[in-house]
Amino acid sequence: MSTVITIENLGKKYTLHHQQRDQYTALRDVITNGVRNFSKKILTPFTRFPSPLSASQEDFWSLKDVSFEVKQGDRIGIIGRNGAGKSTLLKILSRITEPTTGSVRIKGRVASLLEVGTGFHPELTGRENIFLNGAILGMGRAEIKKKFNEIVDFAEIEKFLDTPVKRYSSGMYVRLAFAVAAHLEPDILIVDEVLAVGDAQFQKKCLGKMEDVGREGRTVLFVSHNMSAIRSFCAGVVVLDKGSVCFSGSSNQGIDIYLKDTMVSFTDIDLNDFARYGDYGKILHIRRISFNYGKEVYHGKPLNVQIEFECFADVEGVSIGAGFCNRDGVRILSFDSDIPGNRRSFKKGNIGKATFSMPELLLEPNTYSLDVGSRSNDNFGLEYMPQCGNITVLPSEKTPSVIAMRESGRGGVRVPTAWNFTVLGA
Amino acid sequence: MQEQPELLIKPGMGAIHYWKDIWRYRELFFFLAWRDILVRYKQTAIGIAWSVIRPLATMLVFTVVFGTLAKLPSNGVPYPIMVYAAMLPWQFFANSLTESSNSLIDNANLLTKVYFPRLIVPAGSVLVGLVDFFISMVILVIIMAWYHFVPDFRMLLLPLFLILAFLASFGAGLWFSALNVKYRDFRYVVPFLVQFGLYISPVGFSSSIVPEKWRMLYFLNPMVGVIDGFRWAIMGDAFPVYWPGLALSTSLTLLIFIGGLFYFRNMERSFADVI
Repeated sequence: MSTVITIENLGKKYTLHHQQRDQYTALRDVITNGVRNFSKKILTPFTRFPSPLSASQEDFWSLKDVSFEVKQGDRIGIIGRNGAGKSTLLKILSRITEPTTGSVRIKGRVASLLEVGTGFHPELTGRENIFLNGAILGMGRAEIKKKFNEIVDFAEIEKFLDTPVKRYSSGMYVRLAFAVAAHLEPDILIVDEVLAVGDAQFQKKCLGKMEDVGREGRTVLFVSHNMSAIRSFCAGVVVLDKGSVCFSGSSNQGIDIYLKDTMVSFTDIDLNDFARYGDYGKILHIRRISFNYGKEVYHGKPLNVQIEFECFADVEGVSIGAGFCNRDGVRILSFDSDIPGNRRSFKKGNIGKATFSMPELLLEPNTYSLDVGSRSNDNFGLEYMPQCGNITVLPSEKTPSVIAMRESGRGGVRVPTAWNFTVLGA
Repeated sequence: MQEQPELLIKPGMGAIHYWKDIWRYRELFFFLAWRDILVRYKQTAIGIAWSVIRPLATMLVFTVVFGTLAKLPSNGVPYPIMVYAAMLPWQFFANSLTESSNSLIDNANLLTKVYFPRLIVPAGSVLVGLVDFFISMVILVIIMAWYHFVPDFRMLLLPLFLILAFLASFGAGLWFSALNVKYRDFRYVVPFLVQFGLYISPVGFSSSIVPEKWRMLYFLNPMVGVIDGFRWAIMGDAFPVYWPGLALSTSLTLLIFIGGLFYFRNMERSFADVI
């Protein structure tokens, strides 16, 4: 098999502007800074002044020394935590942004799908948007015409073809958008997390379509946080961490490394910077929650939880709670300190720690999102942070082998049960 | 599997296949213009008539204010025709410039998600302006028929001046669209410039009322050359062209266009990061 993508020492540098709120600059600042510099130079021509901007600027390497190769027909998953550089890599590969260092060689026609429905215009009808979106994704008019019926069938929107898409339900919108993208016929397909949208059934349909694409011998690069999708779809993975490749090889091995890697830091969560709604966190502020002192969390093993908080005002009858939700956002398991007689009062300036533990965590191996909150006496919400972290529960020797093998179950609670088997009959 | 051409992505390049890419993406270019035309008058009651009403209303006001009230000369040509002949290129310039200078920001979601030569975005906006131009042109023909005004052979030179107007619009559009990505100040500069320009360009009056000694200076505004050219082509000897001035306007237009092209190409690489 020939190599279709060769990436060598790829790097991308961004300059961070610390004080500016927006990415773009105001001309006023450029002019005033320029004038200030100029006047300084005139007044004291022999002293060197650092540029006033340099204090607020910092270089940030979103990607650094990334090298790997992709062979024709490979289906490669790219995984890594948020900010690991996955999206930057895809943006460079799809030529949206230029690399700062290194090079990429690509053989064949590339289509990238970094977003579902790029360029959809809400005022245009479904029919018009199919043509527009197709053109944006790189299809010719003739090609779109040829596939028009197929696209409409896949999206199941015949009846609404001549309705502006602004009147579509979000499900129809996503179906139409993916349908157009799914009928691209590039040699190399680059897909970014598009399966995160839509309901479970639609996601399944999309994955099936992508598998078809893969079977036709096309090369696919696929970014996702959904490990089971990566495992079933990709033979190989590239694991990115802080802008560098930390693993490149078989997907099972890569996912192990990724999960292990994310575990350590993901079970000790700093909540200081979590963006809270309204007045949450103004009276009582939860600063941190850690599970098993920042180590791995296992199904069927003891769990210890520590929550640190700070009070900015006198507050009475405090209770704290946390909950685990599955991938569909459904609460599976809740913990609450609100037990009769267990509510506590704190003074302004108090810094405290709440802990609890359980002998055996009954959650199945899977990744759960975490909600943390707190209430006062009259059940007034003091603090509420939905989805403030992801906790991955790993399998242990108590986990049924079929789940342990896949490393993740459906997500839910496994209650310990005493079984009794008897052989009946002769 | 046929052998595919290899694509190389390296810092500071991408210019190699640029013009070939523009050709490859010509369909997208037309689609973007088509989209803008379709979208513009969606959910309006009288639709495309708006592109006729605006220049027509402005022409009426100018005719009344400058022609009837201020009694400015029109060299023997009906005042409405004189105004409308200038209104055509001016509206084209103003619309194209306004649309193209905002075009990159309006399409920010495309810029950050898909690759294509960014040049086709402001170019698409100018194309939309051109469509409006041809619609307004029909009105000119109707007005001329109304006044029984017959143009001469010079009318055939009109396309040349249209090209000049196109270069001026596209050139300025390139500058402002690229500047707008980085400095949003230009979002406020452009409408001001367009409003201002309507009065300092000879739209409501003839450029012959500008005193002789300021004449050359007046042609520093590229649209003066374009408008005078239009008037000369449509109305002939009543509006003689001041050739040195036209040459100055033309060379300035070319300078703006070529400079804009270079500036745009230079800034294009960072659009997706900055926008």
